[in-house]
Amino acid sequence: MEQLTWSGSLGPYLNPVMLGAVVVFATAVVLNIGMSLVGMRQADPIVNPDHTISYRMGPVDFALAAMKYAVFVVLAAAVLFIIGGIVQPSFEAKGIIGGVGAQFLPVWIALIATFVLSIRFKRRLGLYGKLFDNLVGMIGFGLVMFWIFTAIFAPMIATHGAIDVISSLRNDIPGTPVPDAAADGLFPYYLLGGDALGRDVFSRMVMGAREVLTIAPFATLFAFMVGITLGLPAGYMGGRFDTLITFIANLVLAFPVILLFYLLVTPEIVEAGVPVYMAAVLFILPVIFVWVLLYSRYRSQPSVIKWVAVPVTGLLLLIYLGTVFRFDPFVWLATSFIGYLNQGNPVSEWMSTTREAYEPLIGIPIDGNLLIVFVSVVFVNSPTVFRIVRGLVLDIKTRDYVAAAQTRGEGPWYIMLWEILPNARGPLIVDFCLRIGYTTILLGTLGFFGLGVDPESPNWGSTINEGRRLLTVYAHPPLPPALALMSLVLGLNLLADGLREESLKD
Amino acid sequence: MGLFILRRLGVMLLTALCLTFVVFFLTNLGPNLEKLAKTQGNSRMSDAEVSQWLENRGYTRPLLVRYGEWLGVAPGWTRVDADGDITGRCIDFGMDPAEAPTFCGVLQGDFGFSTVSDNEVSNVIGGRLVLTGWLMMISFAVMVPAALIVGILAGMKEGSRLDRTLSTFSIASTATPEYVSGVIFIILFASSTAGLSPWLAANGWIDGRTWFLGSSRSAMEDITFWNFTLPVMTIALYGMGYIARMTRASMAEVMTAQYIRTARLKGVSFRNIVLKHALRNALIAPFTVIMLQIPWLLTGVVIVETLFNYNGFGWTLVQAASNNDIEMLLSCSIVAVFVVLLTQLISDIGYVYLNPRIRIS
Repeated sequence: MEQLTWSGSLGPYLNPVMLGAVVVFATAVVLNIGMSLVGMRQADPIVNPDHTISYRMGPVDFALAAMKYAVFVVLAAAVLFIIGGIVQPSFEAKGIIGGVGAQFLPVWIALIATFVLSIRFKRRLGLYGKLFDNLVGMIGFGLVMFWIFTAIFAPMIATHGAIDVISSLRNDIPGTPVPDAAADGLFPYYLLGGDALGRDVFSRMVMGAREVLTIAPFATLFAFMVGITLGLPAGYMGGRFDTLITFIANLVLAFPVILLFYLLVTPEIVEAGVPVYMAAVLFILPVIFVWVLLYSRYRSQPSVIKWVAVPVTGLLLLIYLGTVFRFDPFVWLATSFIGYLNQGNPVSEWMSTTREAYEPLIGIPIDGNLLIVFVSVVFVNSPTVFRIVRGLVLDIKTRDYVAAAQTRGEGPWYIMLWEILPNARGPLIVDFCLRIGYTTILLGTLGFFGLGVDPESPNWGSTINEGRRLLTVYAHPPLPPALALMSLVLGLNLLADGLREESLKD
Repeated sequence: MGLFILRRLGVMLLTALCLTFVVFFLTNLGPNLEKLAKTQGNSRMSDAEVSQWLENRGYTRPLLVRYGEWLGVAPGWTRVDADGDITGRCIDFGMDPAEAPTFCGVLQGDFGFSTVSDNEVSNVIGGRLVLTGWLMMISFAVMVPAALIVGILAGMKEGSRLDRTLSTFSIASTATPEYVSGVIFIILFASSTAGLSPWLAANGWIDGRTWFLGSSRSAMEDITFWNFTLPVMTIALYGMGYIARMTRASMAEVMTAQYIRTARLKGVSFRNIVLKHALRNALIAPFTVIMLQIPWLLTGVVIVETLFNYNGFGWTLVQAASNNDIEMLLSCSIVAVFVVLLTQLISDIGYVYLNPRIRIS
């Protein structure tokens, strides 16, 4: 088997086309800048005597049109490469670009389906639908969805296991064939080359999307719950509570992020149990949030409280206890009771030893290292969210509908959660998107310094860190995860920008 | 104004106390001290020996007392051992116990002893700070003017093609953290096998094998264009986007103000409107952002110094943290916390000073 080329069988036809388009684009950009420096402008529309408007293109317009069509040509060539990769059977014909494109087939199908359905029904979908009126927002949404689908279909896309080592392929360049692949039932190529240990760079990047996209959104969500639960009363009620919480928030904000990470995310801290205490404080706030949310609304309807609010909060509380303290009250009560009945005989002892070793049924099994990463990211993000929420509440609480609710005799928590919060959703949704991106960057920083992550983990930050040691000689291992991280964060930022523009329109 | 500054100073001092206490608490947890005892003493010490070692060096007393000693407001501990020798916090090796000062903490200028560099912290950290100072200064000198120009050009005609292009650029730059842009820059400009360097070298346009240097180790003695461009670019790029976006927002807001419209209707040229009427007011908000960007740069500096092997403050922090060098880490935190608080204070005062509406009332 031979080394793959980048462009495969389509290369001889499409490469010159792409190169030409890039040259045309660059020339047009230079011309355009030159012409606008000289003072030439786009041509004005001409109003004809019969009230029609016609348009005579000047040199600036021609340069702009050339730029536009050059972009279209490059995009069309990229699409052709991917289609070629999917349609052609042999890997030599696909090339690396085609091969990678073909591996992403489930993502392309899911993306096309999402876009077709969303654009078809965009008038009925509220703010989400309006996003599809905005080019920037659409590009951002596309990038974000690309990585979300990649994370979902990761096992189908990845060609090898994330930690499978083939030592003969150490630091090999993209497109290297795997020796004896057919005999071992492996994918025949390392599409984007091998890293310093001989693992497949492409598969690690794909599996890394899973790692990044499971932690970042959840951490951001928790930061928002914490920030909202503290920010609403601080802004609405003010007073001592506000002063205290604002001081604490400023304290956390004055801490340089990197120092905080280095102090918090160490094995010694995990050993000392600090993450559990912090998680105990931070994770109870969402439970309180849900309870107050439901209670303030359905206070006068005991049946809803009894059948919805209490079970939901109870379940959350169980998850909280199980996750943070590894404590299951049912098992604890049952074993204590049986142990009490059997005092003085071996059953009692057996009960208490089982209780120690028992993993709670309800509760997310999360190990100390991951918990500290999660907690510190929430801890760093929530003061900023708190400040945003507090500022929004200070603004909204002077509105008429809040005064109306006060006159109606609604309680403060009802006003905060059901009058103020829904009306603050626009800026909060925009900030949520931005903040997921920021959290992704933070997680990457942690991975880059090797803090709190498993060294084998394919997460993008640690892959970049591993790759940087031999960077000047072997450029290919850190580049895919770096570009992946950048495109995901860029997508989130563009999405936030699009959402902001669209939500400002009405 | 005086009262305002006084109150800000008070809050700042309280914040500094709280923060240093938190750092002190986190670096002096049981497992950290145990690790310290094992690295300084003997790695095979038993638990009893560890606690004896810690007791001999005053680590077993209450946290608040030790914090006071470290700060220099409580007298340092002294201890008379079985042979009648007096040891103590303030008694250096070979010093006569009678001559030793009672207080020796940060307030007295005694920052302690760094176990990793085997030297007094104050001897080490000064030089490191100077190195980082150069890096930050040059990065700032590149970043701020570039960001302001991009922001002003984008904000002067909101919604124009120029605005869209520059805004996309600034969004892209905020989406590129240092560890991504640094890696990309090294591959593009400083790799002997990839990027532009092999091509340039093959044509004989550059002398060495790479265009720029991928490591800034040589910049510690002598800063040149070739060894310092990449780290500076890396730091500047990530910080730039945010300042540029803030400047753009501020500029766009000013351009819709009444007095700009009046100037336009009077027939003032667009260039004069931007340069003489809009610019001054549009730069008030970015000033705060620029000052608050300094603590943000700190993270960037740590990443860049690690990536480019430049042994400045950030590198020291990483070394201290990963080698359990408690006193060094504490001193690094003091520096970091004070940089943050000082920039906050300057930005507050500067905002009041620059904004006539607040200054006069």
